[in-house]
Amino acid sequence: MSTVAVNVEEKLFQNRYKVDHGRPHIKIRQPDLCRNECKSQSCTYVCPASCYKSEGNGAVTLITDGCLECGSCRIICTELSNVEWEYPRGGHGILFKFG
Amino acid sequence: MSEKFDVIVVGAGPSGNAAAYTAAKAGLSVLQIERGEYPGSKNVQGAILYANALEQIIPDFREDAPLERHIIEQRMWVLDEESFVGTHFRSDDYNKPPYNRYTIIRAQFDKWFSSKVKEAGALVICETTVESLILDGDQVVGVRCDRQGGEVFADVVILADGVNSTLARKAGFHGEIQAGNVALAVKEILFMPQETIEARFNIKEEEGVVIEMFGKITDGMMGTGFLYTNKDSITLGVGCMLSDFKENPNRTSPYTLLEKMKAHPSVAPLIAGGEMKEYCAHLIPEGGFYAVPKVHGNGWMIVGDSGGFVNAVHREGSNLAMTTGRLAAETAIAAKAAGKGFKAKQLASYKQALDESFVMKDLHKYRDMPQVFHQNNQFFTTYPELLNRAARSMITVDGIDKKTKEKEIFSNFRKSRSLTGLAGDALKLWRAFR
Repeated sequence: MSTVAVNVEEKLFQNRYKVDHGRPHIKIRQPDLCRNECKSQSCTYVCPASCYKSEGNGAVTLITDGCLECGSCRIICTELSNVEWEYPRGGHGILFKFG
Repeated sequence: MSEKFDVIVVGAGPSGNAAAYTAAKAGLSVLQIERGEYPGSKNVQGAILYANALEQIIPDFREDAPLERHIIEQRMWVLDEESFVGTHFRSDDYNKPPYNRYTIIRAQFDKWFSSKVKEAGALVICETTVESLILDGDQVVGVRCDRQGGEVFADVVILADGVNSTLARKAGFHGEIQAGNVALAVKEILFMPQETIEARFNIKEEEGVVIEMFGKITDGMMGTGFLYTNKDSITLGVGCMLSDFKENPNRTSPYTLLEKMKAHPSVAPLIAGGEMKEYCAHLIPEGGFYAVPKVHGNGWMIVGDSGGFVNAVHREGSNLAMTTGRLAAETAIAAKAAGKGFKAKQLASYKQALDESFVMKDLHKYRDMPQVFHQNNQFFTTYPELLNRAARSMITVDGIDKKTKEKEIFSNFRKSRSLTGLAGDALKLWRAFR
């Protein structure tokens, strides 16, 4: 597949969110596992909102503000089960205008 | 809120709304809990509404439901990088009311459906996430919400909490979802003047077109693309099996796939100038028959996406959702009337009703389909390319005689798949579809 530059932040910018500041609904259980045990780090390209980022030092960081609440990250992390995934508190998170 | 209801419905999508409406209409006390700001704010669908399932619940829905366009033309495209080979089915039959299917915008449609649920007498509470089920021994007796003192009780809890099926999973009714049993779909809604849409798709006011696409656009993964015409917007999306995304050697992101599809020379002119106003992602349970979990137990039933009720082959989901929701509610109504309690035994007629309906019959008919496509990705890669090459060769006038072209096409097919491969593929498809 030829490369297409995609700025997912620009897409997410069109969406409406009510971010629950300081209370992320998804957490990486043990960051060390991502760094040391996970070769594929597939969350970094499968997440449709690009919430997971590969850092230069081998770590994976997670910022849930743009999360679309699909659940993919939890399901693909089968080998290590390193994603603690809940829905946001009522009324928070993505608020689809059209869906 | 420490109250007791006949029925608690978790979630206000099509299955939850169908369940809450049916139960409330029959006079049961119903509490419906939705985590979004309003019903629809957490829900994503293409979206096509199949009239029949809703007609059985609200026969006169056409009078005030927010419907975009009724579909008069279905296009099926098989794409390679530059071209597509396709069929279009357009019929004036689809222009005769009552119409059979419509494009809808879910946030608006779900709000409307929810207003009907409230009219029927259900209590609908939004902005409230159900965290877990309350069990008394092995009997589900209520739910725990994320509000202070948020325990509420009911004879029956209907789980309409969507594809992630969080509550049943936490309660241990079924295990984690397998990546091979769900598709991850992303889509955008692109706004443009109504006249532009009607000119581009050769349609009149209120008429609509659907395009289903497969081939190169999914980058070798099992999946499809779609384009739906709404009143003054176009919905464009693509979805592939989550396991394929995970294992894709190109590490292609869903949004990259979508952007490539938008740039395809056959798609780009149709959406040119569209103003993108929302980007969504959602999982679709596509595991089919064998992936449907246990659907009822002591004091609980599971409906809609939460139970994996999607017919991926025919792109049907919301109609199965509404039907399963209605059947679960009817089961609760009958159990209450019988007065013998709400154990698994009294709710077993739900499973029976499912088996007798089109829901399980269709899922059973296509039970082997997911496996066949999983193990044979040539259907999404090799064939679309061969087909497009063949069409281009036969249609291009370049001084080469047609017999030679035919020979070359046949040799291309044989080189790519071998004779036994071709015959085997045909057999596999026939077995899975029959």
